[in-house]
This record gives sequence, C-alpha cells and structure tokens, in this order.
Amino acid sequence: MILGRVVGTVVATRKDERLVGAKLLIVRTVDPYGKDEANHLVAVDTVDAGLNDRVLVVSGSSARMAQGLKDTPVDAAIVGVVDELEIEKR
Amino acid sequence: MMVARVIGTVVASRKDAGLGASALLLVQPLGTDGKAAGKPIVAVDSVGSGVGEQVFYVKGREAALPFLPAEVPTDAAIVGIVDHWNLS
Repeated sequence: MILGRVVGTVVATRKDERLVGAKLLIVRTVDPYGKDEANHLVAVDTVDAGLNDRVLVVSGSSARMAQGLKDTPVDAAIVGVVDELEIEKR
Repeated sequence: MMVARVIGTVVASRKDAGLGASALLLVQPLGTDGKAAGKPIVAVDSVGSGVGEQVFYVKGREAALPFLPAEVPTDAAIVGIVDHWNLS
C-alpha cells in the first residue's frame, strides 16, 4: 500500500454502472515524512476520507478486496485514514 | 518477493474492516548491497515482525493470501523474517 493525501474529488455522471454510488477522490502520493510527491491518482474511497486526510491506498486487483468493491472495475482504493506514523530515525 | 527492512509503524483507526487488527508496517525495500532501494511502502504483517528487522514481502494480489479465509484488502504483505542472507 502507498501513502497519499486527499487533494480533490471527481464527479462523473456517466460511468460504469458498478461505480454508481462510489466516492472518487484524487490522491497525491506522499513520502513517509509527509512530503508531497508528483504523482496523482483517482481512488475509490471506502472509509469516508476527507480533504487533506493522509490515507492508505491499495492498488491493483487487491483494491477489489475492499468493502463493497467486489467485482467493480477499480484498481485503486482508499482503505485507511492514517492517524499516526512512527518512523525510525535515519 | 522482495527483501526489505521494517522502518516504522502506521496507525489508522478508521480503516477497512478487512484490515482488522493486523499490524501495518512501513517497509523500505533493500538492494543486494543491503542499502535502501526505492520508495518505502506500507505492508500488512503476517508473521509478527517488528521495526528494525529484515523481512521479505509479497506484492500484488497474492499479498492477501496469507490471511485466508479472511479477505484482507492489501497489495503488500510481510511473509517472512530474514535470519540472514548471502550472495555468492
């Protein structure tokens, strides 16, 4: 899983029917120290994350294992909101 | 599978139910020289590893398999603790 920060939302009226009701968020990847990276991706939110939350994003076919995403055309899902990240000193 | 070092822990109280009580650890992939190679990722622990230990982890869909029959939504799982390794 990668770490990201929620930076926006996506609204799409015409989409795959299995995505109806899914909350799509734009996530910017961040490093463990909280620094923004250049990549952005669209992920389905399953944990009610909000703007600026630091989140855990699962990608690939594993994303379909998240709650409510079985058999949906999804390759990235937000599965956790990070409260705290403890990292050893370099 | 890749060799990595556990460099930290992640706490998330709001998370997918499938992640349950599994420990979320920050792992730094290592190169053959034992030095950091690439970006750290977050992996679910299945073997009881801790910060500072060398481990190996599996990526992709197979990362959910150690937890069967539970359905854990993860794309990275620690599946072993490295005692030692050598290259000839």
